[in-house]
Amino acid sequence: MRIAVLLKQIPDLVEDLELAPDGTDVDREFLAFTLNEFDDQALEEALCLKDAGDAEVVAVALEEPDVDQCLYTALAKGADRAVKLTGAGEGWIDGHRRSAILAAWLATAEFDLILTGVQAADDLDGQLPPLLAARLGLPHASVVVRVELKGQVALVRQELGGGTVADEELRLPAVIGIQAARQAPRYASISRIRQAQQAGGLEEVGAPATDAGPGYHLVRLLAPEAAGHAQMLGGSAGEVAERIVELIRAKGL
Amino acid sequence: MSNDVLVLAEHRDGAVSDVTFELLGKAREIAASWGGRTVALLLGQRELAAELGAADTVQCAEHAALETYNPEAYEAVVLQALEQLEPRLVLTSTTTVGLDLGAALSVRWDAPLVSYVTGLSAGDGTALATAQIYGGKLLAEVELSGPRALCAVLAGSFPHAAGRGETAPTVETLDATGLLDDLRTVVTSVVSPEGGDVDITAADLLVSVGRGIGSQANLEVVEELAEALGAPLAASRPLIDQGWLPKARQVGKSGLSVKPKVYLMFGISGAPEHLEGMRDAELVIACNTDAKAPIFDVADYGTTVDLFDLVPELVSRVAG
Repeated sequence: MRIAVLLKQIPDLVEDLELAPDGTDVDREFLAFTLNEFDDQALEEALCLKDAGDAEVVAVALEEPDVDQCLYTALAKGADRAVKLTGAGEGWIDGHRRSAILAAWLATAEFDLILTGVQAADDLDGQLPPLLAARLGLPHASVVVRVELKGQVALVRQELGGGTVADEELRLPAVIGIQAARQAPRYASISRIRQAQQAGGLEEVGAPATDAGPGYHLVRLLAPEAAGHAQMLGGSAGEVAERIVELIRAKGL
Repeated sequence: MSNDVLVLAEHRDGAVSDVTFELLGKAREIAASWGGRTVALLLGQRELAAELGAADTVQCAEHAALETYNPEAYEAVVLQALEQLEPRLVLTSTTTVGLDLGAALSVRWDAPLVSYVTGLSAGDGTALATAQIYGGKLLAEVELSGPRALCAVLAGSFPHAAGRGETAPTVETLDATGLLDDLRTVVTSVVSPEGGDVDITAADLLVSVGRGIGSQANLEVVEELAEALGAPLAASRPLIDQGWLPKARQVGKSGLSVKPKVYLMFGISGAPEHLEGMRDAELVIACNTDAKAPIFDVADYGTTVDLFDLVPELVSRVAG
C-alpha cells in the first residue's frame, strides 16, 4: 500500500497580509510561510494508516518557501520518503495549475491512496482533492475525518454538515480530502527534524510542465470593508466584565 | 450556450437546505439581467421539487445511488446535466457537496470556478464575483467572461427570501440511465448527529471558546464561567478536533448551528466556517486579544482584554 500525502506551504495568517504592487497577489517577500493546517491533518491520518498496517507514506510538495523544513518534518514524523517537485515557479500557484503539475507526476508513480488537506486558505479556484481526482480520473471524497483500509478499498467517514456524517467505501486508488485526522497531529522534536535534515534524502524531481490555469480574470485582491464593527469595550478587566454582565442581563438572562 | 443560471439544489434529512434558496434568489437576479432562465437541478428526493418554485424549471434525476449524497454518483449526473443544458453559470454552495463537486466539475466540464463567493453581479455578458480568501482576511474580485462558469457560494451571503417561490415550477426528468452502473464509491450509511450531554442549540445563553484558550487544562477557566451563568459551553472546530470537548459542542459549518439570545465567545478569531454556525445569534460578545480578528466585524460588542483576566472577573460578578 503506497500513500501519497500532498503538502503545501501557505502564508502564515497570523501575520498581516500586504498586497503586492499589482494588487493580484499578497506581497510574499517578507511573509512567513507555514504548512497548510489541513495538510498537516492529512499527514497525520496517513501516518496513522502506516502505524495500523503495512503502508509506505510519501510526502510530496512543490518547491515553495520553507518547504524543505516542511518535508524534513514529515520525514521526522515517520514518512518514508519526501519528494520535492522543483521549478514550478515562484509566487502564487493556483489550484488548477498545482493540480495539473501534481497529477502529471502522480500518474507516473503508482499510488493506492492520495491524501491531502480538504482545503487551503488560498483556494480561490477550488480545492485540490477534487481538482486532482478529476485530472486523474479517480473517485474522491472531501471533508473526511476518518480513513481505514480494507484490501483495495478505503472506508471513509465524510462530514455532510450539521453533524451528519456518511460512511463510504471508495475503490482504490482514490483521492481523499482530509478535514481532521483521527488524532491531533503528532509532534516532531527539533532534534528529530535536524537528524532528518542531516540524513538528507529529500528527492528532488523537476515539476512536469503544464499550461493549466484557473481560466478566469483575477481583477484584484482587496482588504474587506467591514459591514459593521463591534462596539469595543475598553477599560480594566473588571470594568469590561461589568459591562458584559449588564449586556447579558439586559437580554433578560 | 444559453444565458441560463443553474442552481445545484441541496437537501439534507428530507428538507431543502437554506443555502439553496439563497442561490435561487441570486440566480433569478442574474438570469433576469442576462435574459436567461433559472434552472434548479435536484438529485434524488423528487418530491422536494415543489419547494423550488423560484426556478423556472427543476431538472430531477432519481436513482437508488442518488437517494443520499454520493460524490461520484452526483458528479456523473451533474456533469451530464451541464453538458445537456449548457448553462452560462452554475451556482453551488461551499458545503461538502459544493466542495466535492465544484472543483471536479471545473476540470471535467472545463469551466472556471470561483470558490467562497460572497458577492455576485451580472455585467454585460460577464459575471463579477467577489470571494473570500485567506480566511476572509482578503477579498478577491474575479471576472468571469467566458461562455460558462461555476461559483461556489458561501452560505449566508445572499438573502434566502428571494429564492422562495410561491408557484409550482415545471418539473422535468433527467435520464441517469447507464451513468451509475459501475460506481467505485458506495455509501454504506448516513448517521445523523447523536444527542450529546447537552443541547447547545436550545440554549438562550451560550459560552463559546476557541483556539485562544491555549490548552485543555485552561478550559477549566471558561467551564467555571459557563457553570456560573448556567450556560452550556460550546467550542470552535480546533478544540473539538483536539478532543478537548465532545462533538456535540461544536458550533460551525461542520458542527451545529446555534441562535442563542446571547453568544459570549472567548479566543475565537471568526473563521468563515465558525460564522456559518452562529450568524443568527441575537447578541454577540467577543473577547479576543487580536484587535484585527475578523470576529469583531461580526460581533455586536468586543473586547481585547485577555480572557484569562476577564473571565475570573466575570465569574466573581455572576457568582457574587
